[in-house]
Amino acid sequence: MILTALAAGTTTAVVAEEGGGGFETPTPDIFWLPTFGTSGDWAITEQMVWGGVSVVLLSVVMVALSKNAAIVPSKGQWLMEGFYNFARNGVARDMIGTKHFLKFVPLLFSLFSLILINNWFGILPPVMNPTMGRIGFPIALVLVVYVVYHWIGIKKMGLGGYFAHMVPDGLPGWIRPFIMLLEIITYFVTRPLTLALRLFGNMFAGHMLIVLFVSAGAYFLTQDVLFKLLSVPTFIMAAVMFVFEALVQFLQAYVFVLLSASYIAGALADDH
Amino acid sequence: MQFTATASSVASLATAEGAKMPLIPHIPELIFGLVMIGVLYWVVSTKVVPNLEKAYEERRAAIEGGMEQAEEAQAQAQAAKQQYEAQLHEARTEANAIREEARAEGASIVTEMRDKATAEASRITESAKRQIEAERQQAVVSLRSEVGTLSTTLASRIVGESLEDEVRQKGMIDRFLAELESGAVRPEKVSASAPAAAPAGEQPAQGELDLGTDNPAGRDS
Repeated sequence: MILTALAAGTTTAVVAEEGGGGFETPTPDIFWLPTFGTSGDWAITEQMVWGGVSVVLLSVVMVALSKNAAIVPSKGQWLMEGFYNFARNGVARDMIGTKHFLKFVPLLFSLFSLILINNWFGILPPVMNPTMGRIGFPIALVLVVYVVYHWIGIKKMGLGGYFAHMVPDGLPGWIRPFIMLLEIITYFVTRPLTLALRLFGNMFAGHMLIVLFVSAGAYFLTQDVLFKLLSVPTFIMAAVMFVFEALVQFLQAYVFVLLSASYIAGALADDH
Repeated sequence: MQFTATASSVASLATAEGAKMPLIPHIPELIFGLVMIGVLYWVVSTKVVPNLEKAYEERRAAIEGGMEQAEEAQAQAQAAKQQYEAQLHEARTEANAIREEARAEGASIVTEMRDKATAEASRITESAKRQIEAERQQAVVSLRSEVGTLSTTLASRIVGESLEDEVRQKGMIDRFLAELESGAVRPEKVSASAPAAAPAGEQPAQGELDLGTDNPAGRDS
């Protein structure tokens, strides 16, 4: 199947060459990296492999660093605690409140660490590909959050109570159905959709930009002197994009868990 | 360029086998995403979070224990301070009492000493007075006997006769002294009567001459 992929790539290149430009702009196809199995609907992609590696890596490192957790932390435990406290105190406790937050810390911390490392895969050799640039992964994560916040809301208030609590008190009777409609759309459509698309879109676009600058710089090097000179600012721009992406990738992981925590907090809230 | 790029994208869309529109999820990835978060959640919730939370709990307990100890120490220090202050107050009161006592005692001592000194002084004065009186008496007595002797010698020289006779001598002297004391005999009288008596009697003149220094009559005799 690698052969087929290569063949497909060659075909594309050939087609582009025949187009006359010589430079092939990156297309969404750069995210399509089937590695095992067929290259069809059930292909195992490179992102899945790296995603699996990230889970193993995170599990091993985090278990090792927290195994001998003591009152006086070792250096490793200290680092682990700093990372853990960011999700625990900075997100879960601040958003959900000291009363209920501890129950949701494992989920939010898992989400944060998983998204963060997979986002940073986008700029880390040898991966150089953000896992979340494939929409399937953000959808999976959002599905978990979606089920969790609806589940705890319904468990707490009952199905009717859950829907009733979406509409704030003290509204005139005639406006309540409209608000209810809007809130239902928010709760069941807008929130999961934006949560998944925000993460996906940022990773997708960021990776496209980096590939564009790097491939353009590399292409310029193959051309005559003027273009070779032009490759310098292009590579500088690529480097800037790397730093910028590192920030965006962190921020997206943070925003994802922050919003997840806020949805959970909203479902748990006693009043609006 | 723009056109060729689009053309190539379209071409690649058409040619890249299995590639879908970016927003269509690849089902194995979606399922594997669920597996990933599931596995990681299991590891985190059973192996990572409990350990860390346990350490946090122990740390909190240790800190609270430390706080309790510190509070206890502070309470002890407070108690010690109060005790110390009470003692200090007591000592100060005591010192005041002692000072008052000492002052009173001093005052009484001063009064006593003053009384004693006054008594001593009066005693000394008294004894000095007595001594002076005694000495005066003694002087009077000795003067009296000496004056007697002197005047006897003087008289015997003047009158040229021996007044050895004790009784006569004593009687004469006593009489003379008595006259002196009673004021019957005065020095002025003697001196005034001397020139008047001189021609009348020989004895006063001679006495005068004897006492004086530049009288030729006296020198003759």
